[in-house]
Amino acid sequence: MGITKMTATILRQDVIANGIYSMVLSAEEIAACAKAGQFVNLYSRDGSRLLPRPISLCDIDPKAGTIRLVYRIAGKGTEEFSTYHAGDTIDVMGPLGNGFAKKEGSAVLMGGGIGIPPMLELAKELHSMGNVDVKVVLGYRDEVFLDTEFAEYSTVYYASEDGKHGVHGNVMDAIREYGITGDTIYACGPMPMLKAMKEYAVTNDIEAQLSFEERMACGIGACLACVCQSADVDEHSHVKNKRVCKDGPVFDAREVELS
Amino acid sequence: MNTAVTIAGVTWKNPVTVASGTFGSGAEYAELVDLNALGAVTSKGVANVPWAGNPTPRIAETYGGMINAVGLQNPGIDVFAKRDIPFLKQYDTKIIVNVCGRSIEDYVEVVERLGEEPVDLLEINVSCPNVKEGGIAFGQDPKALSEITKAVKAAAKQSIIMKLSPNVTDITEMAKAAEAAGSDALSLINTITGMKIDVHRRRFAVANKTGGLSGPAIKPVAVRMVYQVAHAVKIPIIGMGGITCGEDAIEFIMAGATAVSVGTATFRDAEAPVRVVKEIEDYMRRYQVEDINDLRGCVE
Repeated sequence: MGITKMTATILRQDVIANGIYSMVLSAEEIAACAKAGQFVNLYSRDGSRLLPRPISLCDIDPKAGTIRLVYRIAGKGTEEFSTYHAGDTIDVMGPLGNGFAKKEGSAVLMGGGIGIPPMLELAKELHSMGNVDVKVVLGYRDEVFLDTEFAEYSTVYYASEDGKHGVHGNVMDAIREYGITGDTIYACGPMPMLKAMKEYAVTNDIEAQLSFEERMACGIGACLACVCQSADVDEHSHVKNKRVCKDGPVFDAREVELS
Repeated sequence: MNTAVTIAGVTWKNPVTVASGTFGSGAEYAELVDLNALGAVTSKGVANVPWAGNPTPRIAETYGGMINAVGLQNPGIDVFAKRDIPFLKQYDTKIIVNVCGRSIEDYVEVVERLGEEPVDLLEINVSCPNVKEGGIAFGQDPKALSEITKAVKAAAKQSIIMKLSPNVTDITEMAKAAEAAGSDALSLINTITGMKIDVHRRRFAVANKTGGLSGPAIKPVAVRMVYQVAHAVKIPIIGMGGITCGEDAIEFIMAGATAVSVGTATFRDAEAPVRVVKEIEDYMRRYQVEDINDLRGCVE
């Protein structure tokens, strides 16, 4: 499971919602060993932006040797990436992080906003295991994206803050509204959502795997910029900190403290 | 062609190391680059006990640089000695351990402990801007710097390198104080205290409010300070601050540095330290420089 830094060719790039882009890269070495929940670092061509941008993997196709990244324009770096076209190249390093630990039994996948993309690869991988009942709950602020692609692998439920798609509110509101439950919860989204998920999982004694987002520099566990608080003293750091980029980004809800 | 340099009696095969805090203890980067290619590896700061560091966000990108306020999170000397030193000993490179503390006693405890360990040099961090006690307090007052340098020197088996802060009015005063107190070499510069405000969220970009600015944005300041210090002291200098390529390294050497550290550039390109070694050699071939030491301080 090696990390590869490479110059990848962009096979296609599409706008899939307002400010949300889908980029497919030819990156054979990364596609060959990546799994759901892992991420890659993308590097800006403009040297004034020297830090990489960590982006989660939305689809991995080892046969075709491609990876798909769905990202939101959040600043100058992602804005630069959004101007790239098919045929352009981009420096990429990955796969990074631990990814989800896929369990048998029924699965509830929760994606909020730009936390939705990694859930698509996870739904695909769980579906391909054959014996997993997969439910997906997608929460949007307003405009929906990737929604139709989930149908192939799972039963899909929606929530939106403007009330135009599914339940009026967030993914927790959808969980309550539809009475959705399962053996394992997998979640990625904003911190308030992850906090609510942790509470829900602990109260109902359900295993929950939460995928975190944090500002990163190196992406490989060396610089200690992107830590989160752990419940117990971590065996690498020897303090109550875990590295989101290396020990995560996916953590068992019980091993982390959310503030 | 000779690229070997000697710092305080320790000869490195080439003049390139990594800046403390950007490279961990090398284990993560060893999966991506060959540590044998480096003159030395400088560890992240290590204290007498584990430190949890600062709250997040700990970093923010700025134009041509970044601000960090990690706060010297480290596992403490016991874990470091048991896990990280044996790891680094597998490689054919010199080992520099960066030492941090909150009091003189803390520093002395770590330095004494390292006396029993197979490490080559000790870099003493008296200049981290992100920890309130110790750190910067020692690095901004010549008297305090002199006191801690003497105490560390008396306790150390290895040669010591005091790492200087740029956040002072006259860095040569600090350099002279460290030299007079027995420091065998100097590292400069540490990060420059900075601040970034997120105007959309109306809050500080890093939780600590202030942080240390590093990266290409600070290089001209660092080159100037290395030049000034090289003219103020006789002990060797490890120059750092925004080095991303071989020509940057040569610039520091021409300003008077004996060796250089590559830091923030590694976040953009894991190969950067190793590439800088190669690019220094390219430069030497291009200008037919036989010995890297001939370039040191060549601009007067």
